[in-house]
Amino acid sequence: MFEPSARRRQGSLGGARFGRSGPSLGIDRIRCDGRGYCAELLPELIRLDDWGYPIVSSGPVPDHLLEHARRAVATCPLLAIRLAADGRSR
Amino acid sequence: MSLLSLLDGPDLRGGAEPVTSHLARLGPSLLSGAALIDALEQSDLRGRGGAGFPVGRKWRSVAARPGPRVVIANGAEGEPLSFKDRLLMQARPHLVLDGALLAAGAVKADQIILYIGREHSAAASAMLHALAERPARERRRIRISRPPVAYISGEETAAVQFINRGVALPLTVPPRPFEAGVGGRPTLVQNVESLATAALIGRRGGTWYRSSGTLLVTVTGAVTRPGVIETWLGTTVAEVVERAGGRAASIQALLLGGYFGGWVAADDVWELPLHPERLRATGHALGCGVVAPLPVDRCGVAETARIVSYLAGQSAGQCGPCVFGLEAIAETLRRIAMGLSRPDDLARLDRWGAELPGRGACRHPDGGAGLVRSALSVFADDFAHHQERRGCTAARPLAVGAA
Repeated sequence: MFEPSARRRQGSLGGARFGRSGPSLGIDRIRCDGRGYCAELLPELIRLDDWGYPIVSSGPVPDHLLEHARRAVATCPLLAIRLAADGRSR
Repeated sequence: MSLLSLLDGPDLRGGAEPVTSHLARLGPSLLSGAALIDALEQSDLRGRGGAGFPVGRKWRSVAARPGPRVVIANGAEGEPLSFKDRLLMQARPHLVLDGALLAAGAVKADQIILYIGREHSAAASAMLHALAERPARERRRIRISRPPVAYISGEETAAVQFINRGVALPLTVPPRPFEAGVGGRPTLVQNVESLATAALIGRRGGTWYRSSGTLLVTVTGAVTRPGVIETWLGTTVAEVVERAGGRAASIQALLLGGYFGGWVAADDVWELPLHPERLRATGHALGCGVVAPLPVDRCGVAETARIVSYLAGQSAGQCGPCVFGLEAIAETLRRIAMGLSRPDDLARLDRWGAELPGRGACRHPDGGAGLVRSALSVFADDFAHHQERRGCTAARPLAVGAA
């Protein structure tokens, strides 16, 4: 596994910018308690605001980050983050 | 043709229009069911609760879901500057009932809930009285629900949750109410002015609305005769302010759309059209139709601090970004307004204003963030003055005896 900050430097947000199709990340804002694991596991797409709540890049998750995204989803202790096919959930 | 459509009929001061007068004046709807949905789509009527979603598309979405279905007539009107929904319910309750019944017919709903803010007692009693004038076959499908006094009570998932569980707080979407609402059934949540307008479109058609449709606007703040005004779509801000008796003072800016809307500088505002799509094209939002001029001797920074403090206090308290973000913005604005700003305050307001939207279950944080972004641009000089001079540009010596 990459060291997270190294992955961040690779600038892999490109997938979201070029409008590829694929699942995107959504946060259940009522469930989310700002534990921050998601941003640790997927810094390319998730950063935290001043109070520790996630700010998620919009758009589909690039293929090469899907595995990391799934891990972030599985690790959330509040089950507040999901990978949705149609990206409807925020 | 008279300018009045929604508020046409007997003198508004006479209270609610009785059913006999309503029927004699308007007759039955000519369109119903799928034909009415077609007419609504043709009319391009947008929801008048604030979000401005196309009404025809909303009805079609609910109608397309498997039944049974429910209609909520949304008269929560939690926006402190808006008075148009309660006035409409008080004065023309049968037009609202017509719209709700037509909606129920069109989306094939067997249940209608009149959702009326607990503070709007005159509106609720007018609606109840009107209901009693209706035949039993209509009455038995309709019930009334009174949400608590709160800004977010009228948010559509909050309405659904209040009716289901007695808790008027927003829910995570999806599912949206059109998918699963009251009792898990597909639910149409529609503002009462939108429903009343649909009832008129049922009589006059979609093309009538496109050419001669009206909307209700609450004109408040520094005008001579604040109140609710019915006017044609596309009327300019200058015209409605004129109709409200004109400016009561020199105006520096105008709050458009309510607390959920934004500030517009006086220089840019007068020719803006009160029309959902045309206004959106100029980068502004009609919201629930509030037009509120701010006089030059009031501080835009302090005014924004007051509104955002209110919005922060009205957060449902469910989502972290809303709870902490709005309160932080409010606190920072209060600090700047009092001349106690810190060096990075403006930069932080800027960043929070950009980070907050889209990060709540509902759009409450988006509203506060949008207002702050507009304030930072419209009152840029005032913010700078507060920061550099630790004082307020609006402070003026008061004339002797002035309030």
